[in-house]
This record gives sequence, structure tokens and C-alpha cells, in this order.
Amino acid sequence: MAHITIDGQIVPFEAGQTVMEAAMAAGVYIPHLCHHPDFTPHGSCRQCTVTLKNGWNITACTARAAEGQEISNNTEELNLVRKRLTQMLFVEGNHFCPACEKTGNCQLQGVAYHLNMMSNHYPQFYALRDVDATHPDILLDRNRCIFCNLCVRASHAEGKDVFAIAGRGINKHLVVNSESGKLIDSELTADDRAANICPTGALLVRGKAFQAPIGQRLYDHHDIDEITLGGRHGG
Amino acid sequence: MAAKLKLATTSLAGCFGCHMSFLDIDERIMQLVELVEFDRSPLTDIKNCSPCDIGLIEGGVCNADNVHVLREFRNNCKILVAVGACAINGGLPAMRNSIPLEDCLRESYVNCIGIENPQIPNDPELPLLLNQVHPIHEVVRIDYSLPGCPPSADVFWKFLTDLIEGHEPSLNYDLVYYD
Ligand code: SF4
Ligand code: SF4
Ligand code: FES
Repeated sequence: MAHITIDGQIVPFEAGQTVMEAAMAAGVYIPHLCHHPDFTPHGSCRQCTVTLKNGWNITACTARAAEGQEISNNTEELNLVRKRLTQMLFVEGNHFCPACEKTGNCQLQGVAYHLNMMSNHYPQFYALRDVDATHPDILLDRNRCIFCNLCVRASHAEGKDVFAIAGRGINKHLVVNSESGKLIDSELTADDRAANICPTGALLVRGKAFQAPIGQRLYDHHDIDEITLGGRHGG
Repeated sequence: MAAKLKLATTSLAGCFGCHMSFLDIDERIMQLVELVEFDRSPLTDIKNCSPCDIGLIEGGVCNADNVHVLREFRNNCKILVAVGACAINGGLPAMRNSIPLEDCLRESYVNCIGIENPQIPNDPELPLLLNQVHPIHEVVRIDYSLPGCPPSADVFWKFLTDLIEGHEPSLNYDLVYYD
């Protein structure tokens, strides 16, 4: 079977598979936030950046595996880059984990823990972001949105197209497809995939928060590599 | 035995939760005082910092006095440590950052339910509030950060014993969390 290597480990792949798909199938964790096995790759978070032998960086979620590729993944250098990217996400949004319903089960936190991130490193933006609490069953707190586009892709796949990302830089934000721009007037319902897929605490189905006590939450004692490869995730 | 390390601590825009968590090292504090001498700290009530080896800062910067105290610590401490969520990213006090300061003060001291003699406090003794709350690394250089709200007693213990023993401090997976 055709194969690539990741950090020296032989990883078989089938024609058409991405590096991420081949890695996951072989039990090799490549950090990721915007990747989800059920949806078309988006390639925006750059967390899955890996290095080819010729020194080029590629995103594992979008690049197809090619025979003989020699890939570096779990290296000090790449993990530092990933940590810096994660820190940028933390300062770009407003992530007050102690007050967040997703805390302990959040993939952004999980990746940050995996990377042993001790501080935010950069100055905080304190961007002004709106909360949409109009929907009786779903909460949208844009302060925690990392623009992974998963809710956009999920809603598109289920034919509703409730979400899109608009604006640039500090003004970038998630928009809701409804007359008022509010969730209450959109077609989103709590059983939609789109309402349940958010890797962070930006989109939450109400009534589910704080169900697992501290110590029993997803990432309390288990590194996200273990959780992800075990087929569970916090989204 | 080598000379004791000197340790200073303070709480800026914090809730003293980090200090309380530090005290949760319980009887290990007897071991700690064999190894370190406390300088300026709410635990000693010493009001000003003298030259120290380690300074632990809880809380972010929300007023002019916080800035002053933080600079005093930086000038005196060889190693300065951001302790807890508020020191690291402003924490819950920084949730006021999206609201104009005047609106915050009006809501608390004038419009709030049950207020008698409504007025915004303006005694000259009160330190002036900053428009926004800031993490401490935006004001001075920070050598280490200990995340958590608060970091557990084991985090303090691991970090300080690493430093005292002359190791590069490191926290394993179970000791790093943000809530
Ligand atoms: S979304 Fe995740 S990282 Fe952001 S505040 Fe919530 S728990 Fe923390
Ligand atoms: S709301 Fe959640 S799923 Fe949607 S783009 Fe933001 S972080 Fe991603
Ligand atoms: S997971 Fe590949 S870019 Fe986000």
C-alpha cells in the first residue's frame, strides 16, 4: 500500500486521502481546530501545519497524501508555531474560561493544554463582540468564536445556511442569516448539527452546561490527542 | 545551608483567591518557610518590596496604584510571576472592558437597585481607575505564568520547589488548566 512517513512512522494512505485523514486512520495525532472528518476541509486555523522534507509547510487537513512524503509533525519547532497561533486566537477573542459554559470540554482549551500553553503571550485585543441570546434553546457568544467555519459548513450541509463569516481583521464576525440578523428569527434549531458542532463555547445549546463536574470533563485528565484518536471530541 | 530565597506576593485586580489557593499547600508551608523568607506580602503585612528573588503577582491592572505596585515588584524581583487568570489575561475584571467606564460606575453607584445617597466615589485617596483592565505582561516583563482560576496549591508547590531546587519550572498536563 502507498505510504507516507510522519515523524519516521510509516503511515499508509488510500488515493485521495489527505495527510490528516491518513494520520488519523493510523492513530497519529496532528493538532487541529477547523478540521472535522465529516466536512470539506477549510484550512483556516493552520494548527495542522506540518513540514515536508524540503522544508515546505503544508496544512495536513487540505494537502493530499503523496507517495513517499516524509513529514515532520510533533517537533518542538512546529509545536511552538502552533502555540503561538493558539495564543493569537486567545487574544483575538475574549476567552474568560472561568466564566465559560464550555470550559473543560473546549477544543481550543484542549489544544492549548496539549501545547502546554502557560500564557497568552501577546497583548489582548479586547475586541467588541456581540452576544446573541435571543434564541430560547441556543446561545451565540461571539467573544469565543475562532472562525473555524464548522457551523457554517454544517448548516450548509443540512440545507439551512444559517451562518456565514463576514468582515475583516478585528471586525470579523459570525453573521446569522435572518431578517433581524438574530438567531431567534433564523431557521436554526437545537437538534441541528450546526448548533452542536462548535469546538468552543461560541455556539451552545442551552441547558447542557456544567453537567460534568470538574475532574470528569473531557480534557481534565486526558490530553486532546487521546480524546481525538479515541473518536471523541468537545464539539 | 544556602541563604533563604526571598519571596514577595501581592494581589492587584484579583480576588485573593490565588493567595487562598497558595495557602492550600497546608502543612507544606512549614517546609516552605524553611526555604524562603517572605518579604512584601499580605501574609506578612510588609508594605514595600525590598530586593527579592521571586515575586508572585495575582490579578490584572485596573487602576493607577496597581501599575505603581507592579513596577515596584518588577524593580525588586529577579523573577516575576503572573499568577492566575486575571494576571494573565485580565480575567473576570476585564469583562468590564467592553463597557465604558462611566457606565460601569453609574450602574454600580448610582442606578443600581437599593442604593442610598447615590454618587460616584471620588475621594482623592482612591486610586484612579484605568479605562480598561490589562494583563500584567502588557505593563512589565514577566518571567513565568501560572494559569488557573486559581492555580491549585500543587501548582504553587511544584513551581516554587522547582525554582528553589534550581530546576527550570515545569507543570505537567494535570497542573495546567484555565479555570
Ligand atoms: S471557548 Fe474555550 S477557550 Fe474560550 S472561554 Fe470558553 S472554554 Fe475558554
Ligand atoms: S461559532 Fe463556533 S463553529 Fe461557528 S465559526 Fe465560530 S467557533 Fe467555529
Ligand atoms: S485543521 Fe488544518 S487548517 Fe485548521
